[in-house]
Amino acid sequence: MEEQKNAAIELRNITKTFGKVVANKNVSLCVNRGEILSILGENGSGKTTLMNMISGIYFPDEGQIFIDGKEAIIASPKDAFDYKIGMIHQHFKLVDVFSATENIVLGFEEEGGYNIRRSAERILAISEQYGFHLDPMKKVYEMSVSEKQMVEIIKVLYRGADILILDEPTAVLTPQETRNLFDILRRMREDGKAIVIITHKLHEVLSLSDRVSVLRKGEYIGTVETAKTNEAELTEMMVGKKVSLNIERSEPENPKERLVVRNVNCRDRNGVQILKDVSFTARSGEILGIAGIAGSGQRELLEAIAGLQALQSGEIFYYDPETGEESNLRDKTPLQIRDMGVRLSFVPEDRLGMGLVGNMDITDNMMLRSYRSGKSVFVKRKPPRDLAQHIIEQLDVVTPSVNTPVRRLSGGNVQKVLVGREIAASPTVLMAAYPVRGLDINSSYLIYNLLNRQKKAGVAVIFVGEDLDVLLELCDRIMVIGSGKITGMVDGRTATKEQIGLLMTKTDGGETHE
Amino acid sequence: MIASFIQRAVVQGIPLLFGSTGEIITEKSGNLNLGIPGIMYVGGISGVIGAFMYERSLADPSAMNPFLAVIIPLLTCVLGSLCMGLIYSLLTVTLRANQNVTGLALTTFGTGFGNFFGGSLIKLVKSDMPSISLTATSNCFRTTLPFANKFGPVGQVLFSYSFLAYVAIVLALITSYVLGRTRVGLHLRAVGENPATADAAGINVNRYKYVATCLGSVIAGLGGLYYVMDYANGVWSNDGFGDRGWLAIALVIFAIWRPNLSILGSILFGGLFIIYNYIPNLGMSDQELFKMLPYVVTIIVLIIISIRESRETQPPAHLGISYFREER
Repeated sequence: MEEQKNAAIELRNITKTFGKVVANKNVSLCVNRGEILSILGENGSGKTTLMNMISGIYFPDEGQIFIDGKEAIIASPKDAFDYKIGMIHQHFKLVDVFSATENIVLGFEEEGGYNIRRSAERILAISEQYGFHLDPMKKVYEMSVSEKQMVEIIKVLYRGADILILDEPTAVLTPQETRNLFDILRRMREDGKAIVIITHKLHEVLSLSDRVSVLRKGEYIGTVETAKTNEAELTEMMVGKKVSLNIERSEPENPKERLVVRNVNCRDRNGVQILKDVSFTARSGEILGIAGIAGSGQRELLEAIAGLQALQSGEIFYYDPETGEESNLRDKTPLQIRDMGVRLSFVPEDRLGMGLVGNMDITDNMMLRSYRSGKSVFVKRKPPRDLAQHIIEQLDVVTPSVNTPVRRLSGGNVQKVLVGREIAASPTVLMAAYPVRGLDINSSYLIYNLLNRQKKAGVAVIFVGEDLDVLLELCDRIMVIGSGKITGMVDGRTATKEQIGLLMTKTDGGETHE
Repeated sequence: MIASFIQRAVVQGIPLLFGSTGEIITEKSGNLNLGIPGIMYVGGISGVIGAFMYERSLADPSAMNPFLAVIIPLLTCVLGSLCMGLIYSLLTVTLRANQNVTGLALTTFGTGFGNFFGGSLIKLVKSDMPSISLTATSNCFRTTLPFANKFGPVGQVLFSYSFLAYVAIVLALITSYVLGRTRVGLHLRAVGENPATADAAGINVNRYKYVATCLGSVIAGLGGLYYVMDYANGVWSNDGFGDRGWLAIALVIFAIWRPNLSILGSILFGGLFIIYNYIPNLGMSDQELFKMLPYVVTIIVLIIISIRESRETQPPAHLGISYFREER
């Protein structure tokens, strides 16, 4: 940072808060022209918030932004564009039925009026310069994810951007596509553009960038030159020292195999392989933690077990706690699984989307699990209402009444209703995805206690978490997943944060290194 | 015989063409305006009111100024249907009301509005018949090209129509060109396909929706005017318009959202609509079966486009959904 002769963009002491949550605290960093800077950090470390301030989506509460040495006020995306800053978001903003060219010129007032053929020629020229392989007349709905990303990148280049920010650009790409993208970025660097890439993949940082700035929980940790650092140092900067949380953890009692997952492969809707040869065992009376960068396949894994995700190959075996009988859950619907006598409870990460119906009250939401019981045409409302009342009292749900639509409750209370309902079904397997996300400390501890009580009752608990400190104190074993592969299984009592952090970022290693 | 059939089919088709061109423009902005039947009806009665006022203000209707006789009903018709478009836009775009409910309400409202004022005018002239006749105005509207008769059947098929019919065809062609070949068209299509993307690209989504909906309503309203002044020879009777508004909406689907195709589609629909007159020895009940044909054809087209699953023939992706920027 000592040489500032041609810093394209410099941030000084940027702070941004959302309510009580500090998203960025005193962040200072700079990017030069002809340089690639990586911003490294875990989920929720404030990387995207920081970049959104540069691209005009948020405005910083404190601090200054300098562009080419002059202070700049970036109050809207249009201001950012006037400073020639272009951001490529993780979620593409494209019109599916339009061609690449139509998408690129959309909303852009060019000299010489509207002429698709001339625009297509310009796009071809840009493609040639940087090595994109893109047919300007191809429709977006016919494109692969990486082609769509190219359209987004060309869109900002077409508008003359020379500071490019890419938000986790490789999250959706295959290794070959990633390599191709990196070649393009290197060519842009040679062309004198300043490039910022947000990522949490260490090997990409090391192979691509000139310098790395690390954020942790919104705080700026430091910037190092890539050539003078290594994976271990970066991991430590990223995950930090261990914090003690004092979550109680008992020894597993008489653990037995409850759920065995063998060589599971599956693809998502776009045909991308999302789970690769996943095998593991969940035991009764034990909490199995799943750690990993968000979107590494955790969701699909749980949904596959719950019967919501079709498998390409592999088996999922369930062992009945009483009889020890083995049954295969593969290709079964949730209803079939229930009819087989498997008591599986699932707390999905999308609470109001998959877990509860927002416009229905607590009682009705209880009935979503029990409406099939009884033989009468009419449903009995009393048992679910009693259950709702019981959950409200037991879990301290703050609600005006049982008749309040759950949509109106706060996030923590919604989660308590959902977890309460799932536990009330007295499961033998309990799966919870990010059950404490968005909850305050007290509610979080309440949820940990509930999970612990289930564990003592002999339930096989699977806990998908993002906070490594919590995983390390709550779980008996921790399985690490990276890009759909199991990258390691560690003992929750002896493992270290660095160990898990390294396993988390060890994704498809090697292939993109050279 | 064939020439006169085609000519009648075109005359039947023109109100549908106006309606479908208007609805295509509206739907391209993502607004599904099911109020089109009501809007066309209001367009018709508004024109009738204008013509009625003008005719009554003259001592001798046959001495009317032909220019004024055309321009006054045109203006009142545009004004009436524009108001309907504004109501629809205000409710669905600004207040984000449900588009289907709003549209159906406007259809009900428009029909009631037309029948109320139609009935009032009929009472004013103290007519024996349940209709009002604006023959003088209609004659001005129905002035055809002078040389139409010189070319025999060809002239009858091509040149025998009044100016509004040619306006309808020209409007459809212009709309086709604007949608496909201009920046405004690109922006409008983006708004209907993916308003969030359009918004991010700096396009004023609400303005496009308002303008497209109001313009669409005005064009559809002209269809109502054409029906009264040309097709019905200036005779307004309540509920005489029938279900042409729904046919216009069916025509939008039939033409897979392309105004140039809807020119041909409108003539086909017009022909199917009157074909029972040209088939000898049909009983009353059989006639009704034949009147069903345009709808049957529309359903067949719907089935074909959903089987083909081609993205180009699908309705705009955000059709019928209100856009709210903060909603994710």
